[in-house]
Amino acid sequence: MKNKKTICFYFQVHQPYRLSKCNVFEIGNKDKYFEGPENYENKKIFEKVAHKCYLPTNKLMLELLNKHPEFRISYSLSGVFLEQCLEYGKIGKEVLKSFKAIFKTGQAEILSETYYHSLAWLYSKEEFAQQIRKHDELIYKLFKKKPQIFRNTELIYNNEIAEFIREMGFKGILAEGWDYYLDWRSPNLVHTPHKVNLHSEDRKIAKEYAIKKTHPKEFALLLKNYKLSDDIAFRFSNKNWSEWPLNTNKYVSWLNETDGDTINLFMDYETFGEHQWEDTGIFEFIKHLPETALKMDIGFKTPSETIKAYDTAGDVNVPYLMSWADMERDLSAWCSNQLQESALKRVFDIEHELKSNPEKIDEDTLSTWRKLQTSDHFYYMSTKYWSDGDVHAYFSPYESPYDAFITYMNTLNDFEEKVASKMENADLSKACLAVEELRVRLKELGGGYRSTIRT
Amino acid sequence: MHILMFGWEFPPINSGGLGVACHGIVEGLIHNGQHVHLVLPKVTDEMQQFDSNVFQLLDANKSGGSVDTTKIPSTLYSPYTNLDSYVQFIKKIGKESANDLYGSNLIDEVHRYAIKGAEYAKTYHHDIIHSHDWLTAEAGIQASKISDKPHIMHVHATEFDRSGDNPNQQVYDMEKRGMENADRVIAVSEYTKKMLIKYYGLPEHKIDVVHNAVKPSVSTYQKKHDISRSDQIVLFLGRMTMQKGPDYFLKMAKKVLEHKKKVKFIMAGNGDMMEQVIKMAVDLGIERNVLFSGFLKGDKVGQAYANADLYVMPSVSEPFGIAPLEAIKHGAPVLISKQSGVSEMIKNALRVDFWDVDEMANKVISVLDYPALHSTLKEHSEREVDRISWQEQAKHIITSYDKALRFA
Repeated sequence: MKNKKTICFYFQVHQPYRLSKCNVFEIGNKDKYFEGPENYENKKIFEKVAHKCYLPTNKLMLELLNKHPEFRISYSLSGVFLEQCLEYGKIGKEVLKSFKAIFKTGQAEILSETYYHSLAWLYSKEEFAQQIRKHDELIYKLFKKKPQIFRNTELIYNNEIAEFIREMGFKGILAEGWDYYLDWRSPNLVHTPHKVNLHSEDRKIAKEYAIKKTHPKEFALLLKNYKLSDDIAFRFSNKNWSEWPLNTNKYVSWLNETDGDTINLFMDYETFGEHQWEDTGIFEFIKHLPETALKMDIGFKTPSETIKAYDTAGDVNVPYLMSWADMERDLSAWCSNQLQESALKRVFDIEHELKSNPEKIDEDTLSTWRKLQTSDHFYYMSTKYWSDGDVHAYFSPYESPYDAFITYMNTLNDFEEKVASKMENADLSKACLAVEELRVRLKELGGGYRSTIRT
Repeated sequence: MHILMFGWEFPPINSGGLGVACHGIVEGLIHNGQHVHLVLPKVTDEMQQFDSNVFQLLDANKSGGSVDTTKIPSTLYSPYTNLDSYVQFIKKIGKESANDLYGSNLIDEVHRYAIKGAEYAKTYHHDIIHSHDWLTAEAGIQASKISDKPHIMHVHATEFDRSGDNPNQQVYDMEKRGMENADRVIAVSEYTKKMLIKYYGLPEHKIDVVHNAVKPSVSTYQKKHDISRSDQIVLFLGRMTMQKGPDYFLKMAKKVLEHKKKVKFIMAGNGDMMEQVIKMAVDLGIERNVLFSGFLKGDKVGQAYANADLYVMPSVSEPFGIAPLEAIKHGAPVLISKQSGVSEMIKNALRVDFWDVDEMANKVISVLDYPALHSTLKEHSEREVDRISWQEQAKHIITSYDKALRFA
């Protein structure tokens, strides 16, 4: 019997800790890094997005889940987003509560990602794996769920990442359904990643931080249908678009005409109410989507259900890094100019020092360092849209990519100084302890001796 | 289209920006198929740099007549004005020609030019009249009265840029009269447009913004270390006048030197603040790190830019400001004040409010300390400036002509 076609919704929920402005004269005594720049204070942005997107959208989703037992959705919530929920008082609690209610229905799946929305994969496999585990723990603590499917920051993907994630015990991974790699294949079928061998060191790391000791029999790749996803996420309110205005009936008829088992609609959650404002009709559109689809015999599945339900159609070979960003679907938004490269190199250069001295470096320091890895910091330094004046393609709370870089590097300098002084202090107190010990022993040896060691 | 243009100076005889800009505009217009008849106070053979079929130089003194001067308000005839910069200009272009080229009283001269120059409106066919600043606006007004063709006044600078809070009333009056009588006004920046609205009460719809450009050229200068092998170089290049903010440059230098020792600050240019600036460097105790090169000419300018690790333009008020574009062409990244027209045009530059000395120092230090910042700025700004041309900008000027003709 032919499978009934299903929709797989996945929403990315993320807010970075934007850096407060930092000038060179503050290096050495910068107090708070993560309040955000003037007029773009992180708390204010969180509140704004909460009111425009998180709260109304969660309310609508919950209603839809309750009304249609067949309806399914999935989310990934970055660790830094969840920290902001916990940090920002009442509004944060409210947002968190509304997500909890959604997961409680059992109709919404939660996915795994790097805690700090980090580009760690590119620089340190160990850091990458540690962040996945840290995220895992936070998700369990808050939602009592254990994610089984992974999505990397900005859907950054290649064969190697897939293999690493499989080795960590996940059941599947998400990626962009980019034609360049798909060729004649359809993104609307479940695939398997092209199998590659990991470097033995990397495999060791994956095993060490695995979420399970055993691997699932099959590891699946879900590919975003970017055309149908972007119809909602980007084109929905574009009046120059030939299909504007888009209503639910028209959209579902497109879904109906689409061949395949699963239509993977992946997008930023902020699409609802923040990127597409309420007055564009985006909420009305979503509100009628489940019933219209169900009437056309189109169902819904979470990523895990999708993987379970359908046979894989074969493997997809993605040897190079791919993301879901821009026309190029590459990494150029985060690491293509010298500003970005030097900032990234510098932040990952201190990893070894931080991690090889656990007795000197506390958890707070480590977490500050990790917040500096969030991909958004590097996106703000991008010059690729800047010269063309394409403001629509580029949002930044800083005046220019150069200002973003200056603030980032000054903050990082301050951080490095703080780390250096922690190391010194730790060394100093260790030396003091040793001296003290010696003094005691000398005393024990014979009360007659006068200590010549001064501290 | 035939354009009757009233210019004040033209290369190779020019004191500064206005002549250079006028040359670029003429070149751009000719490139776009326009005919230009340019009236100047004095014409020399070297000025004929284009095809004489499409570009004609007309000497105001040789117009063979004079317009009826009763139409010019009498208040504009004061013989007692003394504009320092004008006197300096006269001295510079040579004493022997001062009397017959530009008189020693600027305002008198501006009127003599208007009276004589406008006469060409009777004898030369034209579709549009284009004047530059208050110096030639009156000629534009008179010419327009004769031929009834639309007059476009091009504003390169206002009296408020030049003199800050103490504008010369006569000059201001002539600027205002020019703008009010013109059919359209071209401002060299949004920054200038705002000033025209605010200080001259001009309606917004009458103003078109057309940014300046620079001529394509490839810098042949390499970074040399004549001054110091070990120190980094931060450059100021411009007139030492209140408008250019040399005092803010020094305050910034002081801040930078508190943080970082191996930096030399070069100040190139002359002007009425020269003495004050030198004294200020001494008072701040940074005279060992501040070098004064005096006024630079020709090759030396390019060399100065090429040697700089950063060019800073801390102008208090700059209608456009072509120097940063020149600096970029010679390979220097730039830090420019937000109170400048050029900052609207160049995205790959560091920007700062001229009064925000802390932030200026922060950005200077960042460029000197982070090589990636220096190289990215340099690379991207060069690419950006390469895309700017008078050929393109002239198209916007023609659009402004078309508007004037449509509503005339």
